[in-house]
Amino acid sequence: MKYLTNLLLAGSASLFASVAMAQNTNLRVAMQLEPPNLDPTAGAAQAIDSVVYSNIFEGLTRFMSDGSVVPGLAKSWEISGDGLSYTFHLQSGVTFHDGTTMDAEDVKFSLDRARAEDSTNAQKALFSSIAEVSVVDPLTVQITLNAPNGSLLFNLAWGDAVIVAPESIETAATKPIGTGAFMFSNWVQGDRIDIVRNPTYWGTPATLDSASFRFISDPTAAFAAVMAEDVDVFVGFPAPENLPQFEADPRFQVLVGNTEGETILAMNNALPPFDNVLVRQAVAHAIDRQAIIDGAMYGIGTPIGTHFAPHNPDYVDLTALSAYDPEKSRALLAEAGLPDGFTTTLKLPPPSYARRGGEIIAAQLRAVGITAEIENQEWAQWLENTFKGHDFGMTIVSHTEPMDIGIYANPKYYFQYDNPALQALMTTLTSTTDPAARSALLAQAQTMIAEDYVNGYLFELAVPTVARAGINGLWLNQPTAAIDLTAVSWP
Amino acid sequence: MMRYTMGRLISLCLSLIVASIVIFTVVEVVPGDPAAYMLGVNARPDTLAALRSELGLDMSLPERYFAWTTGMMQGDFGQSYTYRTPIAAMIADRVWVSLPLALFALTLTIVIAFPAGIYAASRRGKLGDLGVMGATQLGVAVPNFWFAMILVMIFAIKLRWFSAGGFAGWEGGLLSGLKSLLLPAVALALPQAAILARVMRSSLLDMLGEDFIRTARAKGLSRRQALWRHALRNALIPVLTIIGLQFSFLLAGGIVIEQIFFLPGLGRLIFQAISARDLIVVESVVMLLVFVVIVVNFVIDLTYAAVDPRLRLRK
Repeated sequence: MKYLTNLLLAGSASLFASVAMAQNTNLRVAMQLEPPNLDPTAGAAQAIDSVVYSNIFEGLTRFMSDGSVVPGLAKSWEISGDGLSYTFHLQSGVTFHDGTTMDAEDVKFSLDRARAEDSTNAQKALFSSIAEVSVVDPLTVQITLNAPNGSLLFNLAWGDAVIVAPESIETAATKPIGTGAFMFSNWVQGDRIDIVRNPTYWGTPATLDSASFRFISDPTAAFAAVMAEDVDVFVGFPAPENLPQFEADPRFQVLVGNTEGETILAMNNALPPFDNVLVRQAVAHAIDRQAIIDGAMYGIGTPIGTHFAPHNPDYVDLTALSAYDPEKSRALLAEAGLPDGFTTTLKLPPPSYARRGGEIIAAQLRAVGITAEIENQEWAQWLENTFKGHDFGMTIVSHTEPMDIGIYANPKYYFQYDNPALQALMTTLTSTTDPAARSALLAQAQTMIAEDYVNGYLFELAVPTVARAGINGLWLNQPTAAIDLTAVSWP
Repeated sequence: MMRYTMGRLISLCLSLIVASIVIFTVVEVVPGDPAAYMLGVNARPDTLAALRSELGLDMSLPERYFAWTTGMMQGDFGQSYTYRTPIAAMIADRVWVSLPLALFALTLTIVIAFPAGIYAASRRGKLGDLGVMGATQLGVAVPNFWFAMILVMIFAIKLRWFSAGGFAGWEGGLLSGLKSLLLPAVALALPQAAILARVMRSSLLDMLGEDFIRTARAKGLSRRQALWRHALRNALIPVLTIIGLQFSFLLAGGIVIEQIFFLPGLGRLIFQAISARDLIVVESVVMLLVFVVIVVNFVIDLTYAAVDPRLRLRK
């Protein structure tokens, strides 16, 4: 009998142990959208990077959650005095998940492929300053530029610049082979993607044995899945109105981090009356940012006064330039010859910041006499008509690319801001590598577009993550779309 | 019977051809370039052109229509723009969720509706009838996604008997698969059962007023015997029509339910494909659903003939 009891005890102990083990080494992660494919070098969808960035694929450099750029597959580098030549020293002993060695040839292949004539890389402009990539020896690569580029190391940290192998790139869309701490295991399309720990990882191995990504875009379903503990982490939780409920529940932790998403009320600078700076200024003063953040985002988000991320050390707070002042707005409209206001269109893409924010902005504009006719558009339609076709008066969108103030130097960009002074400033910035000089130039650029009231600057988009209490190592901020699980662990 | 079947077959083929033309034109006319969607806001014109030619989007509309329809007749639906995998394989994967879900929901519908309808008809005007009619009134009025949310709140969040969504897969056995389909199937079935029960009841009551029932009663059958032996079979024709329509609805109309329960079925595939402008996937899946609906109607037409000999014998 005693024997039997011991057996039972031992049995149940091992049973519970195995249950606990299974709990503690696998992570079920939910996100809103399913990636269309898993090749980050051939598509713009953020969902691709969310799954593969740093987990499966790595670049020469990489982003950390705080936005800093640190060595990745390149352990160190030297920059020539004229800033035209970068010599990268690669980590040794790195292999791809299929067992092939990662060396300088792969780096050359990856970068040449991304900037090739027939490349389908969504961020091809990142590589436009590269003149030549040459292999010095198996662990050394030299990149020659056609002009100095102060942001090369930053550009190489993007998911679009990861190192891939010529042997496996053909099938990367459905079976990605990288060098990361996790290996791709399985993809049930429409349902989930599974990854497992890479046992031969060159760096610090992952704590988790495995993880699976699930895709839930419906806000009600997302709430139910977290509450029922069907998922352990939800990155980019779609219903900010539910966050206080999770915060009050000891089973969960809520992380609200920042992104690189400057959410703006874009105005068509080439279309009357927005070609008049007084009108743009009037729109800017008609907007109550805090009311939009509270109403559309349930209080999460940081007000911005220019097109720059507030958590960046070079950020200049210019919100006072466009403070909420309906009286001033009406006066400006009168000065512009539009005392009775005017009618325009407001095209809204699907995200809730745009749809909810758009309703509030339309009401605020109505108070100063501007009638904004709202039209809801799907992304594909928005891209074709608004973004490419320039058929809009105003639109709301979050510009999620990091450090993208350069878009103001492109007069053909959808809001069509054409200012030679800013264009010259940006050219100088690209060729400046001295950090202090760069900071000064960036401050100048921020002030210039804010004083020109190019767009209505609303807020920096925040990303809420809901996770089971005790899970450590999740990214708080999203300097790039990524759900980096390499440092994540259960308590 | 032969002639009847041939006639139905010809109308089936014509419907398919017309449907393919309508689907293709409607989907292609909608604004939104798949390549632009995939490459996002920073894409350069040369990159876009490279992708468009890779996807075959630089061909003319008639060329693409022709390539699409001839491919389909050989069972080749083409490749998805976004997933870059064969559509036939994607559909095959998804059908294993949507078809069982539709059949499960249809079974539940019939299991609930038949007894309820027959019971109400046999108790016409009495308390039981009023109860069934009241309940079905509610069932018809309440949309299935609302039922879905209530079910999730009670059985997934409060009681934790079921997952809030997701599909366990058939690899884990029939039971685990059915378990993950139970809540969605119930949510889909309740409004349909309410409709079907009402049709069953009114159809039976119509029959009970017919001369042949009076004859049967005059022969000495009780009201109940007349109902079971004579009225029921004749009342089935309108009921079968509704079941046919409902099956098509359940197969295609799971879109919202599949979103709420994040099930990897055909509805979710269409939903994702529409927003990603994966036009060829939208066209192929919709065409497949049209095909199923038309075939189901064809089968229902043949069933009429089996139930009603007059249709069979007519020249």
